[in-house]
This record gives sequence, structure tokens and C-alpha cells, in this order.
Amino acid sequence: MAEKKSLGKELTKGFIAENPVLRLVLGTCPTLAVSTSVENALGMGIAATIVLICSNVAISALRKVIPSKVRIPCFVVVIAAFVTLVQMFVKAFAPALDESLGIFLPLIVVNCIILGRAEAFASKNSVIPSAIDGLGMGIGFTIALSLMAAIREFFGAGALTVKILGKGFAVDINEQLASIGLEPILIFILAPGGFFVFGMLIALANKLAENKGKPKAELNGCENCPMAASCSIKSGGEEACSK
Amino acid sequence: MKMFLTILLTAILTDNFVLSKFLGICPFLGVSKKLETAAGMSAAVIFVMLLSTAVTWPINQFLLVKYDLTYLQTIVFILVIAALVQLVEIILKKYMPPLYNSLGIYLPLITTNCAVLGVVVLNIDKDFTFGQSLVNSLGAGLGFMLAMVMFAGVRERMESCNVPKFLQGLPITLVAASLVAVSFLGFTGVVDGIFA
Repeated sequence: MAEKKSLGKELTKGFIAENPVLRLVLGTCPTLAVSTSVENALGMGIAATIVLICSNVAISALRKVIPSKVRIPCFVVVIAAFVTLVQMFVKAFAPALDESLGIFLPLIVVNCIILGRAEAFASKNSVIPSAIDGLGMGIGFTIALSLMAAIREFFGAGALTVKILGKGFAVDINEQLASIGLEPILIFILAPGGFFVFGMLIALANKLAENKGKPKAELNGCENCPMAASCSIKSGGEEACSK
Repeated sequence: MKMFLTILLTAILTDNFVLSKFLGICPFLGVSKKLETAAGMSAAVIFVMLLSTAVTWPINQFLLVKYDLTYLQTIVFILVIAALVQLVEIILKKYMPPLYNSLGIYLPLITTNCAVLGVVVLNIDKDFTFGQSLVNSLGAGLGFMLAMVMFAGVRERMESCNVPKFLQGLPITLVAASLVAVSFLGFTGVVDGIFA
């Protein structure tokens, strides 16, 4: 029973309490780049989740075989292999998604959420908890990404389309806007809007965390960074990572 | 010549890697607190971008394309970049300690920087020639540097500002980044205009 409870906790911690994007501030590049429409966000989230689960399972299964000195390169190779698999699947079955995600599909390799979970969780835990952790973190990433995409798409394009497996809903307020002489706020879709919405969401998440007495989300470069162990900045004495 | 200039300026201004392509956001937010470190980090990024382009382009062209192995691109590129960065670090440490002290410390961070893998993949995607790829990488690196240095300046000014409590820390940094990105929107069409 206790085992079950802790597994449930592993799964749900990634959703809100340790949300990889809004609380741990990992994977910012894809978050900002693909959150222009909910469809892209869901596609990216699902692709990253699959890679996350598979790489967590593989790395945790191999954790006793991989020498700790060369673990980072090993992790990267494992992750890259799964990314390549996912890339081929997407190219074959969802070419439109491949087109709109562009280089961010291969760039899942360097998504710090995946390397971060490999280093922080999968390399220290057994296979089943690692798979659950990967699933939870992946879902957390997808939630944050879709939330941001929903805000940006609604304000920036004046329309919102949420579809999963052909089912969902669509809202379009362009006509109503036009009838009172307004236009959607295009800048929300553009790069500045991405930074702005992300900043506001982090502020909101901070506020919620503060109410619960938890620390603010900070980009404490070195602690979260998967490269921390092999990084020479700390020993170099430079205050390169913020804080 | 004109084509190279177009590629260079497009990569620096209109398609700025950080502010319009969202590549390399982690160092952009994490290492931009001080002007000095921002400049050091971007110099290292330029160096690694050029070097990895110079190595991965021939590998792609003469190995992967020739033997029909392009599906291995992601794995090969990330491995080559990682090995290259490690090698450069060792060489610098041994033979050029002053340079190592100013650039070397940023090198491990760069291995998993999506800007480097991004530029390499983009060069291949856009079917650039070897020369064009190098120019594009240089432009991407310079654009990264421009954004980093500008943003470090903005952040240094922000230190002394009175920020509303709920925006303190990361949120206000992102809002500032958003404003810097707005300024880069102004470059849209500039490059086409110059060479029209």
C-alpha cells in the first residue's frame, strides 16, 4: 500500500508542485518556441513525454552498468536514440506536426528536462518509479506548454482550437471582434508575447507557491543544471550562473 | 558577397537566435546577470558554433548523405559536438591557459546548449553550402552575443529598480526580455530593404 501511494506521488508531483516548466524552470526554449498554438504544444508535449518515459526507463535499467564518469555522454546517446525514433514516427504519421515543430523536434535531445530527470531521478531509482516519474514530468511539461499556448493563441489569433484525437472544441471570436472594430493582439503570437506570457505565468506560479509557503521559482542555473557535476564554473570561482 | 552579407545580417538581426527563434534561452536568462560573463559566454558560443559547423557539415555531406544515413543526424551531431567541446577544453587547458580561463569555463555548459545543435541542424535543413553554413553560424553566434550583451546591460540597470513584489526575480527578467524582443521586431524587413 505504501508503495502504491509513493508511486502516485511520483506521478502527480510533476503536474503542479514540481512542474518542470513553471517551478523548476527547465526546458524554456521549446516552451517559448512551440507555444504559439495548442495543437503544436500538445504535439511537442506528447513527443517529449514519450522520449522522457523511454529514456528514463532505459537509463534506470542501465544505471548500474554506466560508469559515473562518462554518464552524461551515455545519457545523451540514449536520449538521442529515442528522439530519433520519435522523429521518424512523427515524420511518418504526422507530417504536418513535423513541419510546424521544425528543428524543435530534434532539439528535444538538448531539452534540459529530459537530461535533468535522467541525472536527478532515473540514475538513482529503479525502473518502475523512473517510468512513472517520466510520465508525470512529461504531463507537467505538456500542461504548462498547453496552458501557455492556449493564452497566446486566444489573444494572438482570436481563436482557440483544442483537439485531441479529432475530438475537442474550437472558439473563434474574430467576427465579434471585427464587429466592434478590434483585432486580435498579434504580438502575443510573436516572440515578445512568448516571453511576456511566460513571465506572467511564472509570477502566478510563484504567488501560488508563496501562499503554500514554498520557495519562488528561480533560475538557479547551477543547482538545476544537469551539467552541474561536470561543470567547471563552480570550481572556477566565477559567479557565472545566476545566484 | 551580397548573399553572404544577407545571410549574416538576417541571422544577427531579423532571425535573431535568442529573441526570435528562442534558442539558447537558458544561458540568455541564466548567465546574463553581468556584462563580463555575458560577453565571455557568447564569445565561447561563437567559437563552438563555428567549429561544430566546420566539422558537422562535411560529416553530413560526405558520410551521412553519401551512405544514406541521414536519419542518424541527431545522434551523430550531438556526439560530435560533445566530443569536440571536450577536446577543445583539454587543448585550451594545456596550451592556452589565459584563453581557457576566460572562455574555457563556459565550454561544458555549451555542450547541451540548444543554440549550437540548432544552428548545425538549421544549416543542413536550409541546404546551405559550406561557406554559407559558416557565415550563418557566425551570424547566429554574433546575434546571440548582441542579445546577451544588450540584455546584460538591461539587467544591470534593473538591479537598482523598484520592482513590484510579485514580479521580482524571474518574472521581471522575462518581461524585460520581452521588451528587448520587441525592439528586435523593428528589424523585420531591414535586410531585404538594404539589398533591394
